[in-house]
Amino acid sequence: MTDTTQDLTTSSTPEGGGDREGRSIFSLLRKAEIDTRLFGMIMALLVLWVGFHIMSGGTFLTPRNLWNLSVQTAAVAIMATGMVLVIVSRNIDLSVGSMLAVVGMGMALLQAEILPDLIGFDHWATWIIALAAGLVMGAVIGGFQGAIVAYVGVPSFIVTLGGLLVWRGVAWAMASGRTIAPMDSTFQLLGGGSRGTIGATWSWIVGIVACVAIIVGLVNRRRQRSKYGFTLRPKWAEVALGAFACLAVLGAVWVINSYPMPERLAMQYAEERGLVWPEEGLIIPLGIAIPVILALAVALAMNFIATRRRFGRYVFAIGGNPEAAELGGIKTRFTIVKTFALMGVLVALAAAVQTARLNAAVSGLGTLTELYVIAAAVIGGTSLAGGIGTIAGAVLGALVMQSLQSGMVLMGVDAPLQDIVVGVVLVIAVAIDTFYRRRAT
Amino acid sequence: MTQVMNDRTPLVQMRNMSVAFGGVHAVDDVTVDLYGGEVVALVGGNGAGKTTLIKTLSGAHPADSGEIYIDGKLASIDNPRDAKEYGIETIYQTLALAENIDAPANMFLGRELKTRWGTLDEAAMEDATRKVMGRLNPKFLNFKTPVNSLSGGQRQSVAIARTVHFNARILIMDEPTAALGPAETAQVAELIKQLKAEGIGIFLISHDIHDVFDLADRISVMLQGQLVGTVNKEDVTMDEVLGMIIIGKLPSEVTETELETLH
Ligand SMILES: Nc1ncnc2c1ncn2[C@@H]1O[C@H](COP(=O)(O)OP(=O)(O)OP(=O)(O)O)[C@@H](O)[C@H]1O
Ligand SMILES: [Mg+2]
Repeated sequence: MTDTTQDLTTSSTPEGGGDREGRSIFSLLRKAEIDTRLFGMIMALLVLWVGFHIMSGGTFLTPRNLWNLSVQTAAVAIMATGMVLVIVSRNIDLSVGSMLAVVGMGMALLQAEILPDLIGFDHWATWIIALAAGLVMGAVIGGFQGAIVAYVGVPSFIVTLGGLLVWRGVAWAMASGRTIAPMDSTFQLLGGGSRGTIGATWSWIVGIVACVAIIVGLVNRRRQRSKYGFTLRPKWAEVALGAFACLAVLGAVWVINSYPMPERLAMQYAEERGLVWPEEGLIIPLGIAIPVILALAVALAMNFIATRRRFGRYVFAIGGNPEAAELGGIKTRFTIVKTFALMGVLVALAAAVQTARLNAAVSGLGTLTELYVIAAAVIGGTSLAGGIGTIAGAVLGALVMQSLQSGMVLMGVDAPLQDIVVGVVLVIAVAIDTFYRRRAT
Repeated sequence: MTQVMNDRTPLVQMRNMSVAFGGVHAVDDVTVDLYGGEVVALVGGNGAGKTTLIKTLSGAHPADSGEIYIDGKLASIDNPRDAKEYGIETIYQTLALAENIDAPANMFLGRELKTRWGTLDEAAMEDATRKVMGRLNPKFLNFKTPVNSLSGGQRQSVAIARTVHFNARILIMDEPTAALGPAETAQVAELIKQLKAEGIGIFLISHDIHDVFDLADRISVMLQGQLVGTVNKEDVTMDEVLGMIIIGKLPSEVTETELETLH
């Protein structure tokens, strides 16, 4: 074992030495085993933010805007994590926007028209039943489309293109084009309106728990690798990485917590709790919005599934070489059905967030969303050829897309020009990615 | 040697196997067998049906007709999982590696090791891969890179490592050394002898007649989907085997002039 380790260290030295002069940041990153692609994306996002901040006259990097950005990104980010797996397995799902409408409509009808007759209006169980029904609907619709792809052999592009038309029509038919409202009051919290947040204290607790998890994760990985005597990340890199990640998390919580409730709401809040309203007003932070918590939890869970579970490994193997996966004994067809069903479940979660935020469902809900979800995954480094993609990349991609839109709104850019910019950025992002990927191999 | 073996039940017996693709009889009524501790070489020109025949044994392709007996008992092999249950491991001509994942992930593809939390045990899989590679190709050090960045020979090492790690009883090697350099080829030859000594039965497909004579105990020759015949290595010359491969006649049937035309 010892001599293997020896070999490894000697073999990596020339590479590190050769790079010392030129791209020193890259060699430093590589030595620290940090994903350069992800690092590059974070840098690009920061540049974008600073650029918008300057061009919008200092309105972009404000707690208020960043808080809104986080809430607006949630739904697309949730779906993008599922789209990564679908695309990695060499498939595509064009139906997510329409599916979102159908599932959103279903959940809305349950809350606004069906359940009130059965158990009464705003019953405590309403939101649970509605959400559960939505998740089942999503899983069934996604799984059904996946089964046609996997067992009948119709290309997913066609199946989900059909789905795009069918489910949009079904959504309309479900309510004859009416707007369905209102949502259950607890269900509305999923949308992250001013009541749908967890408050400052819980936000700090979430941040601290995340930090502890990061540190435990790093230590655990190190311990596992040293158990077998493998080479380890340099100590300084490990510490720097942990410190940077924790600082980023706590910094984000701090920014979010700097956004106070609007005065009217704060007054109401004070009144409900019997607080005296002082002259100068009260600064009550909203804290992290519930849909953002949901999106973060989904991203963590999906990352876990993609990288630590057999299912994720199989999805990647199928994307790399379907024949090899089959010969390896993987049930490739069933795996494909599961990726589509999982996509459906995530669409249902996003539908819950959207309908809760609107406090209504309309049949046009989610129109064109499939394009934003696919764009987020692709900007995040997912290869349409299959086999390559990361969950973190997709979430960052969703954030890039939403930042572009919010930034341009703040700058007062016209809607048609916004579309043009988003389209151009999409192509450029993928071009840059392709360029670096080609150079890396 | 083979006489002694014939008293035992064969490890594998493939009886009257047939596979057709449309009108093409890729495998036509072929019967071969394999004993434990024996290497049977499957030879024949391109398109003779060797790969198709062994794919019916490895579960990669269904046979249209024919029966497979393992340890004398009728076996039903419908997919690669079934074959692995019987201890059949295969190195495919195409290698069958997922290009985008690393060597340990490929070695354990479909049979991943898990931690007690049910997650993938990457460290244990990497460790096992390092151990097998240490035996097979000690120069191999790329345990963390996707296999598409490996050389043809390194990729072949990964495919071979996969079969070695899982303690096969029956090993199918479809041109296992096609992409290997002389040193690595010698290593694989050594490995084959070692596995044979451990009592494993090996079907070896190879176009290298010298390798075949070096490693095989018996040689089964195919031509246009049909079995020309199976001969003991001791009983034939290389020319006679070439005659079987090209003309399709057994050494007893072939004439001197026909053998002359081969040169
Ligand atoms: N999937 C397939 N579909 C149609 N025909 C096939 C398929 N696989 C093999 N064949 C045909 O079956 C015949 C036997 O092919 P096979 O691959 O078994 O030959 P082989 O003996 O392994 O040849 P080689 O030495 O070139 O590997 C050929 O005529 C080939 O064209
Ligand atoms: Mg072949």
